[in-house]
Amino acid sequence: MTWKVEDLNRRLLRARDAMDRAYAEPLDVRTVAAVACLSKAQFIRSFRACFGETPHRYLQRRRVERAMFMLRETERSVTNVCYEVGFTSLGTFSRTFRAIVGETPSEYRLAHEPIEAPHCFQMAATRPRLAAGGEVQSSSFGEASAAKVP
Amino acid sequence: MITKLNVTSIYVLDKDKALDFYVNILGLEKGNDVRQGTYRWLTVRVPGDVTEISLEVPGPPLHDEATAAQLRELITKGAMSGLVFVADDVRSLYQTLRTRGLTDFTQEPTDHFYGTDMGVRDPFGNAIRILQQAKVAQAARSVEPST
Repeated sequence: MTWKVEDLNRRLLRARDAMDRAYAEPLDVRTVAAVACLSKAQFIRSFRACFGETPHRYLQRRRVERAMFMLRETERSVTNVCYEVGFTSLGTFSRTFRAIVGETPSEYRLAHEPIEAPHCFQMAATRPRLAAGGEVQSSSFGEASAAKVP
Repeated sequence: MITKLNVTSIYVLDKDKALDFYVNILGLEKGNDVRQGTYRWLTVRVPGDVTEISLEVPGPPLHDEATAAQLRELITKGAMSGLVFVADDVRSLYQTLRTRGLTDFTQEPTDHFYGTDMGVRDPFGNAIRILQQAKVAQAARSVEPST
């Protein structure tokens, strides 16, 4: 029996794990694709087929989820949170956050309190779904064209 | 009254590879390894613990091939449920796992109010979390009133 699909899935999962681990660093899509032993184009296509969204979108939701956590659980400034989770521009961060969460980072902070559940369950449960409106262009991932600085 | 969790199971793609990972890398011990015809009842457990973790491969007679293929896809996508263990020293275990050649970490040791945890994946994609409970959290739990 050949497990071609399984092998590809497992490699894509390894790349996704790498994004989960290194979300705060400036990530380049080619580097992440290399974790899955794929070219950039193959990686984006296969990742989307496997997980239902592009690697770029996945990374954005990862970063925004971490930002939500920091806004909820810490006193750090919005600017500090923005850079801590891997965004390189405050404008891009605010726009992406709002597009995904439906609130600005400051509004989110005011409306949400710390959650008392184990961290891994929080991370899974609070990972934002994307609000209506389709693709959000931003972040330093290099897959979407570079973010427009306002 | 139910008194303990006796067996839980986890889907893997290959029982020998799974046994090698769970025993030789993660440090669990082999529980049962019994063959009956083509079936192999294979379990691992935390050393000294009573709960057996049965390592199951999707396939006949429980699943037809199409179902087994779906399960294999889900396992390797990391979409199945995983396991959460408790360890006495997560940072030292992290170093040990690295020494044993493990590279599939989903999260390096991280501190939370309830303790320190880390995440790894087994060779097939199952998520495993390992938690070192904070002393404060342990103490709080022991004085919580039972309801």
